[in-house]
Amino acid sequence: MTAQPKGPADPNAERARWMAVLARATRHELEAAWQGLGARPPYAFLRQPEIGLVMVRGRAGGTGSPFNFGEMTVTRCTVRLEDGRVGHCYAAGRDKRKAELAALFDALMQGGEAARLQETVIAPIARRVAEQRRRVSRKAAATKVDFFTLVRGDNPQ
Amino acid sequence: MYVAVKGGEKAILNSHRLIAETRRGNPDVPEISAEQIAEQLGLAVDRVMAEGSIYDRGLAALAIKQAQGDLVEAIFLLRAYRTTLPRFANAQPVDTARMLVRRRISAAYKDIPGGQVLGPTYDYTHRLLDFALAAETGVGTPEAAEAEEPLDPHMPRVAEILDEEGLVEREHTDGQEAAVFDLTREPMSFPAGRDQRLQNLARGDEGFLLALGYSVQRGYGGNHPFAGEIRMGEVSVEIVPEELGFAIDIGDVVVTECQMINQFTGSKDTPPQFTRGYGLAFGHNERKVMAMALVDRALRARELGETAAYPAQDEEFVLYHADNVEASGFVSHLKLPHYVDFQAELNLIRKLRREHEERHRKEAAE
Repeated sequence: MTAQPKGPADPNAERARWMAVLARATRHELEAAWQGLGARPPYAFLRQPEIGLVMVRGRAGGTGSPFNFGEMTVTRCTVRLEDGRVGHCYAAGRDKRKAELAALFDALMQGGEAARLQETVIAPIARRVAEQRRRVSRKAAATKVDFFTLVRGDNPQ
Repeated sequence: MYVAVKGGEKAILNSHRLIAETRRGNPDVPEISAEQIAEQLGLAVDRVMAEGSIYDRGLAALAIKQAQGDLVEAIFLLRAYRTTLPRFANAQPVDTARMLVRRRISAAYKDIPGGQVLGPTYDYTHRLLDFALAAETGVGTPEAAEAEEPLDPHMPRVAEILDEEGLVEREHTDGQEAAVFDLTREPMSFPAGRDQRLQNLARGDEGFLLALGYSVQRGYGGNHPFAGEIRMGEVSVEIVPEELGFAIDIGDVVVTECQMINQFTGSKDTPPQFTRGYGLAFGHNERKVMAMALVDRALRARELGETAAYPAQDEEFVLYHADNVEASGFVSHLKLPHYVDFQAELNLIRKLRREHEERHRKEAAE
């Protein structure tokens, strides 16, 4: 959830934000949202769902020069709606159907339905993800050490 | 004489059937699922992902099941699977300062901003076998405590605190962002850059690195550092797909990071300051990243003007022997038929013994 905001007017930044949410959606969430659409638009694959790898990089010391430290599985898909809108998905994992649905919603978000879909599809998933992250963090916070200093008897008063 | 030998097909097929039966174990005991392994043997999965060098919990769990819990074999399976997949992109370097922290401790500073967060750790357990885990009723659903508020999102790296005073060497990018060494595509080369070394260590065998790190601490490399910081949690991964031309976030990976801080007396050009060793790996892999950070620092001997006198400081020795897929392959190949080689050696030994005996006889006769 860390796509960098590049200003509210930047359409790429907005798109990056919903793509980040779609990448973290479960297949079940997207399937339910897709089935819930009144009219499901016809579409064609520009790129069939495909599983591959992305090389993940770190930085020496956290801030230094980059190095490769291992790959992760990623599934990508590209669809085109009949009106010409093209949707992409790159999501961690190996779920092809999820990548297809995420690409479809990426395409749909680029048109007049965007405001409604933002409210009914994107925002609820984003809330669920944020709530999960908050719980992880609250559990970690419960293990934070509170140091206290013991008063020694021989301390000068 | 050359004798071609062919055979054993039936024996091999039956051995496959036998290993399948052996792997399954007693059929009266329920079969374990890959999902159960992913959920309940999570640290084994983490090790296989780190050294198998693919982040995918499901695949790592499957590999562990298939290898009957032999983690080095599971790592081999994952590496082999890797070769069947295309690479879509190289990611932007992950930013561990913006991690969703599950654990974060420093042995150098007590009062670090953000605090000491123990997270899920066995560090403070008594290491007594817990027979409750073996009880037929199981453990039920243990629940963790939850604090009212999440952690402070601002968790500065400990090295940055020292950095402000200029007491620790700085880690800056050298600007060579595009040309990052990749062991999966380029052969090892020497002298190795830090990028090549860190990639090798990140994939390297935990046991090998642990032993080398231990040797460094015991004096075979002269470093007894502080664990400046260890943190574990999720970081997001971003790529810039060609068809989009801007960065998108494709999901999270759990990583463990270790920053070791070492004394350094300085040189002609550098004032005394702390130097750093770095460890980073997929999953919750604390022992691994601590060992990696120790060895990373030891391997920097040359660039810091130290004499490289010990195994952990010898980059050819370390980098050529850290990979357990290569190592177990070369050791295991000794199991393959060497009948002809052995026959040749046998003939040679017989000939040498005959000569030896003749020499003795002659000497005795004289």
